[in-house]
Amino acid sequence: MSLSVDWIRHRFGKLASREASETNSETTPLLRSTAQKRKRIYPHNKHIVFPNNGLFIQDFKKVTSNYPGNKIRTTKYTLLSFLPKNLLEQFYRLANLYFLFLVILNWFPQMEVFHREITMLPLVIVLTVIAVKDGLEDCRRYNFDRKVNNARTRAFDWKHKDYVERCWKDVRVGDFVKVVCNEIIPADILLLHTSDVNGVCHIETANLDGETNLKQRRVVRGFLSPDSPFVPEHFNSTIVCEKPNNDLNRFKGYMEKPDKKKIGFDRKSLLLRGCTVRNTEEAAGIVVYAGHESKAMLNNSGPRYKRSKLERRMNIDVFFCVGLLIIMCLIGALGHMIWLGSFPDWPPFEVPDENGKFTSPALAGFYMFFTMIILLQVLIPISLYVSIELVKVGQVFFLSSDIDLYDEEMDKLLQCRALNITEDLGQIQYIFSDKTGTLTENKMVFRRCTIGGTEFSHQENALRLAAHGDVDSDEEEAVGPQRGHRSRLQFNSKNKSTRAFRRCHSAKAYYYGGYGRKKSEARRDSEVAFSSPLETDVTPDKKLMKIVREAANQMETWCEVRYSSDSASYMDFFLALAICNTVVVSTATEPRHRVTGPSLLKPSIKTLEKLHSFLQKLKPARISQVLSSIQSNSDQTGGTNQISPSPSGTSVSEENVAGGSSSSVSGGSKDSGVSSKASMDSGVYVEGVKVGDEICYEAESPDEAALVHAAKAYNFTLMSRTPDHVTVRLPQGVLLTFEVLHTLSFDSTRKRMSVLVRHPITREIIVYTKGADSAIMDLLENPSLENGKENKINKNASKTLKHLNWYAKDGLRTLCIAKKVLSEKSYEQWSNMRLEAEAAIENRDELLMETALNLETNLTLLGATGIEDRLQEGVPDTIEALREAGIQIWVLTGDKQETAVNIAYSCKLLDQRDTVFTINTDSKETCESILDYTIEEVKRYAAVKNTRTKLFKVPVDVGTVYPLEGAGPTFGLVIDGNTLSLVFEGNLKMKFLELAKHCRAVLCCRSTPLQKSTVVKLVRDKLKVMTLSIGDGANDVNMIQAADVGIGISGQEGMQAVMASDFAISHFKHLKKLLLVHGHWCYTRLSNMIIYFFYKNVAYVNLLFWYQFFCGFSGASMIDYWLMIFFNLFFTSLPPIIFGIMDKDISAETLLGLPELYKSGQNSEGYKWSTFWIAMLDAFYQSLICFFVPYLTYQGSDIDIFSFGTPINTLALFTILLHLAIEIKTWTVVHWVTMIGSVIFYFIVAIVFSATCISCNHPSNPYWIMEREMADPVFYLVCIITPVLALLPRYLIRIIQGTFVLCPLLKARQLDKLDKEQRDEEISEWRKRTRSREATSPGNSGHPLGRTLTFGAPLNVDLGNDGTTPPGRSMLNGTEIEHSDTLHIQIAVTENIYTSIPVSSADRTGDGGKKAEDNSDAFSAGHQRSFSIMTI
Amino acid sequence: MGKENPKVGKPDNTAFTQQRLPAWQPILSAGIVLPLFVVIGLTFIGIGIGLFITSRNVQEIELDYTGDQEGAPCAGCTNATTNCKCTLPFKIENKFEGPVFMYYGLTNYYQNYRKYGISRDDDQLYGNIDSLKSPANFCSPYQMGAKQMPIAPCGAIANSLFNDTFRLFYKVNKVYTEVLLDDNGISWWTDYNVKFRNPPEINGSLKNAFEGTVKPLNWPKPVYELSTNPNNNGFINQDFLVWMRIAALPNFRKLYRRISEGNWSRSLPAGNYSLEITYNYPVLSFQGKKKVVFSTVTWMGGKNNFLGIAYLVFGSLCIVMALIMLIVYAKYQVQIDRDM
Repeated sequence: MSLSVDWIRHRFGKLASREASETNSETTPLLRSTAQKRKRIYPHNKHIVFPNNGLFIQDFKKVTSNYPGNKIRTTKYTLLSFLPKNLLEQFYRLANLYFLFLVILNWFPQMEVFHREITMLPLVIVLTVIAVKDGLEDCRRYNFDRKVNNARTRAFDWKHKDYVERCWKDVRVGDFVKVVCNEIIPADILLLHTSDVNGVCHIETANLDGETNLKQRRVVRGFLSPDSPFVPEHFNSTIVCEKPNNDLNRFKGYMEKPDKKKIGFDRKSLLLRGCTVRNTEEAAGIVVYAGHESKAMLNNSGPRYKRSKLERRMNIDVFFCVGLLIIMCLIGALGHMIWLGSFPDWPPFEVPDENGKFTSPALAGFYMFFTMIILLQVLIPISLYVSIELVKVGQVFFLSSDIDLYDEEMDKLLQCRALNITEDLGQIQYIFSDKTGTLTENKMVFRRCTIGGTEFSHQENALRLAAHGDVDSDEEEAVGPQRGHRSRLQFNSKNKSTRAFRRCHSAKAYYYGGYGRKKSEARRDSEVAFSSPLETDVTPDKKLMKIVREAANQMETWCEVRYSSDSASYMDFFLALAICNTVVVSTATEPRHRVTGPSLLKPSIKTLEKLHSFLQKLKPARISQVLSSIQSNSDQTGGTNQISPSPSGTSVSEENVAGGSSSSVSGGSKDSGVSSKASMDSGVYVEGVKVGDEICYEAESPDEAALVHAAKAYNFTLMSRTPDHVTVRLPQGVLLTFEVLHTLSFDSTRKRMSVLVRHPITREIIVYTKGADSAIMDLLENPSLENGKENKINKNASKTLKHLNWYAKDGLRTLCIAKKVLSEKSYEQWSNMRLEAEAAIENRDELLMETALNLETNLTLLGATGIEDRLQEGVPDTIEALREAGIQIWVLTGDKQETAVNIAYSCKLLDQRDTVFTINTDSKETCESILDYTIEEVKRYAAVKNTRTKLFKVPVDVGTVYPLEGAGPTFGLVIDGNTLSLVFEGNLKMKFLELAKHCRAVLCCRSTPLQKSTVVKLVRDKLKVMTLSIGDGANDVNMIQAADVGIGISGQEGMQAVMASDFAISHFKHLKKLLLVHGHWCYTRLSNMIIYFFYKNVAYVNLLFWYQFFCGFSGASMIDYWLMIFFNLFFTSLPPIIFGIMDKDISAETLLGLPELYKSGQNSEGYKWSTFWIAMLDAFYQSLICFFVPYLTYQGSDIDIFSFGTPINTLALFTILLHLAIEIKTWTVVHWVTMIGSVIFYFIVAIVFSATCISCNHPSNPYWIMEREMADPVFYLVCIITPVLALLPRYLIRIIQGTFVLCPLLKARQLDKLDKEQRDEEISEWRKRTRSREATSPGNSGHPLGRTLTFGAPLNVDLGNDGTTPPGRSMLNGTEIEHSDTLHIQIAVTENIYTSIPVSSADRTGDGGKKAEDNSDAFSAGHQRSFSIMTI
Repeated sequence: MGKENPKVGKPDNTAFTQQRLPAWQPILSAGIVLPLFVVIGLTFIGIGIGLFITSRNVQEIELDYTGDQEGAPCAGCTNATTNCKCTLPFKIENKFEGPVFMYYGLTNYYQNYRKYGISRDDDQLYGNIDSLKSPANFCSPYQMGAKQMPIAPCGAIANSLFNDTFRLFYKVNKVYTEVLLDDNGISWWTDYNVKFRNPPEINGSLKNAFEGTVKPLNWPKPVYELSTNPNNNGFINQDFLVWMRIAALPNFRKLYRRISEGNWSRSLPAGNYSLEITYNYPVLSFQGKKKVVFSTVTWMGGKNNFLGIAYLVFGSLCIVMALIMLIVYAKYQVQIDRDM
């Protein structure tokens, strides 16, 4: 709400500012023309910013200062407005209005039933409690705001002509703000200056979109002047840009200089609020959007008021109760009218009004209607609302004190941030999960590699990782033992390295001022720098290490042995790992300060000379081999030209690599390498290492970092990177600086990246490419060119492919590394083309793509790597359990498709047998037809399944047939962000959902935060299902808020997600117990309690209602008013609340063992229409019994009204409590105490009350009634038979249910009674039964292993095989054709390079691209699409 | 919520917080509840028999004297305005074992009518002087009488006090012997001794205590002249007390007298009786009936067969169900056990 208010304010602000800007144009000559022009070109839709530097004081004041300041306010109330606003808001709630209505009614003497004070009591209590709660909540928000608002930053003050410290809230649009490294950006700032020579500023947007990589921002063109400091006073342009909007990726505008020259800028120059400056010493800019107008805040849509499904359902039933009430009141009113009219004369008991006149029957009936409302008000279960609140508090208490959800390491419990939706946890049907950090640890670890057809399994590394997993809590221990077998020489004591490590840590802790929190060191480690020991440590494979070392030695010692091509390719491979990336180097002590120049090590001159001469000698030989390019030519080697002897020892100390954990690896092995060559004077190294300083790598993606670390483990250390140069230190200790000619960055269509470098010694131009196997394999050089090499290349490639298959099966992320040597001439050609492309205005992107494609051909495969994105502990298990529980799991990730699919397989989200549809397209029509086609396909299988099911009469689970229950072919859907936006734009939502409904798992890759939430909303609203979102980063915030239940994972990526979530847990695996156990419990408890409350109120109120038939519908009550109010308030409130908090129908072990029990909650079995109405009927029946048994007993006797009411009240208490006793499944001490306590309490209160109240409580006359009743045996006789009679039907039903055990829940309850071993046995047997049922259901057996259907975009044409599926999971050759028939695609075994490869190793036929070309005509004209079936 | 302070620490690992309290988990099924049903059934049948016999032993005679039918003894009095007397002869077949209670009964009289039921001032009746002089508004319109003098006792209930009186004669050989009726202790002891009190007497006179008040509209005499017995006068008049305890249901009886004087206290012999009624109370306006009831009482009060029958029926029902369950158990439980 506050947000909407802000929006309105902001809109008004806009209007005002627009007017202001127009008036300005008349007053300020300087601006007149521009303003007019502006008006012409951009009518009313621009945001104009005047700098606050004294040059535009007038304009600034008139225009810019009207923009909202940077202060944010997310609170609802102020101190003054709290009471009225809160009351107003509370009275929006229906329940409170009802109260108020009753209070007002009771003030009319004609209708008054109770004391006026009595009726007011509940209202006052409820209002106060809620007001206090709201107040506290708001207070928390206020404190949070204050923290943010008072955070410090430096803004330019033109009066002081310098930057001064200022609070965030005082920053205004137009201010010049300076931020330094690791600071949070206070507002949306247009970057005008950085300390970087290239005008680049790195920011980390983790707080905004959760992406932990660094993003580059460039200063606005024309402001790049690294030499001269930026002087805000001289800034004389006005800035015109877009209106504030919430699109993080859209920002455009221009700067208008006084001479009307315009300089354009885009989002590449915008620093967003909430981001952190990294790697850049300082940056300055002008604030364009502040406070609530900043993109971050606009993206931060306020929290949705959540009401649980159960409560929504309940509210409907409350309306039924209202209906019932009205009917009862109408009966009362009519009855009264008729009754009054039936007397021939005014009877002596009719009381006239003050004037002695009698009310006419009609009018009396009218009054009676309202009197009845007051009398029967309890029918609307207001006490229910209060009780629900209490029950939820109790449930939350138990939720958050569950030790199984406690994370020892982080000392974090489950946090319940939303108190009112605990029961939703038991009804979840769809889970939307983030991937990175949620399913995975977001730690990429280098696992294995294959080079030149030889696989290196890195057993030691695997061991280490396993060990790490075990001793997660104590990293040092885990690191310790590995050192033993890692290297022979340990130059560095363990202490030393840990100390360095520590230092690195402490330096990294920083204050995240923007959102007022401190990130834990642990988080800091894992999150950004990708430098946790787990990731940085790579234990080299012994064999490979030896080979590498030998290769180096060959070179070093310059033995005359023929320099083997193999060893060259090893060197090349690691060089590629080190170079072919966008990793930036920084040092650990100054976190995120980039090492710009190569920090130099002075190698011995002797070595350098040797190297140089070696290379010179080598060169001619190699050049002759360029074409064949088997022998990778760039080999190894020290760079001379760039190794400008560093001037000092300081640089030596700076370099020294290996502080911290990584040092121990590389350092150790390097040392051994060094020691092995006698001729080297290794002093330099050793010395250098001693004064170690860790190098930190900052990569755009964690796998790049993993690769660089891997290279470093083999002593190919990336030392520095600038846009033009990259320096690598070789095992020999030589620094080699490559000139970077071009970097063809990664994109999802090419699925690879390349770096074009010039070798410092050989001057060769080399292209290093790394990318998905599918992307690289098709681009390898054509072996037919040189027959002699053919075999070898083929063998190499096929072996590598085989290895890649292994990797993929292991769930590793695979990357192929390849290279190519370019002749000077062809480079020139290409370079020209590239320049042209870059200069092109139209279809620049296509041209650039084309040039990239041009370059990346005829590659030589060097090898491949396998990287593991470690799944969090227990993820596959959790997913399996959740799925068994009937929950559909979608993964929405901003990540690459390949990665997502990989993870999906490894966490069992996708199964090997699943048919996976992959949809990537750029055109709406294609998308639509693909969806149509796929739905048809899916339905066909569904139909087959159904008919077969009928045929075989497979036993289906009792009760409901759950969707996705039967096995049959299961489907997976992979869709990317682009396609997703097409789906949303093009009204294909329903089709998409239709398809998704049939899919077991859906993966949305490359989706933006907004898309994530749109998907969630779509599913939630259209399918009408209960959704849960789980995520850990700020990019998941929208999605978390959109879902019915939002869960944040704390401790991985900061608090943003947690702040927005309803529940915060520390690991994904906790979801299992949270949903299956606590969800189930909370749901059944609450639903049972609500049903019980409805029953209770109706049963009790009906007693009064039946009495109306015997008191002339006069609204009289036979029960003392106080006892009546206490009845609901005290005597029967605690047991149901305890029931709602503590009842446990099935033990946690059984629930975890049998996830399918969760389905009862999904199907709302605890609270259905029927349940409600049965409870109502039961209530009616019971109230009839409870009234008429005493009635018939006392009929015609001399009993007085309250003596009649007291036994009724008492037996109603017994009945209602015993009813609960039937429903309680678990009787603990607490249950007993409250149950018996309630009864005792009732008697005590009643006795004391009747003994003391002589004339205290006017209309009723309780004096000594209870005592007399208790002395009367009839009282007891009535109180015994009535409850028994009343509860008999329910009891019988329960007995029948218990005898014939029909529902699984009851079955499970019986299991609980068994002892542990027996139960485990039963559980496993049960599961086996379910399994076998699934297995016998057809489709599964006859279905092929699974296949992948990829629908690609035109751009994908020749990359149809996008490697989304690990090869091992594709279908068999034979079945392929069968399916291709269904696809109407001929399998064109294209003549590609692989045809000659032995089929056994790799049968990469079905090249999607070709096929698509072949068949594109068959499909919608104009839109190319490719259906590819990948077979290996 | 512990968020600001992340060191919430490990939760207590107790049976309570971990929801592992030892518990009794009953599962209802035929086999288990079978004995329960048998026990309940037998007990209830036992109670039922006892109740039924007790109720059967209660002797009761009910005499309608409304006079709304032609030829009825009191037919002439229905429209009379002043003290109309009529005589109702009746016969008792079997001896009534004492003590015998005499009730008057009204039907279709809604004492529980809400507006009527609240129309009294408990404080006034408690002898509170202030309330005596200024009765509570509940009494309206019977709050203030003529000349704005407060009515004592105020309110509709008091105003409509039942004022028929009865005398009972035993007829032996055409000789009428009056059966002495005891009006002591017909109201609740607590009402007489605690709840109702006369205002403190002034100069030893109750009349003075009620100085400044007027009698209720319908009353022929003021409240301090209800009886000649000073212990039964004013607010603590037993008939008044009985009337003030409003009946629960529209057809009710109220205790009029106990027959506990002299020989009559032992029993009411069989024979002919005659009831002399001073007919004052109009009931035709609400189509009511007036009755006189003679009844013996037992430990369970007056005659009421219902409870005994209910116990009997329900007890038998339980036994029948127990039998059904036995069959079910024998037939299905084994099979179910096999299935499990």
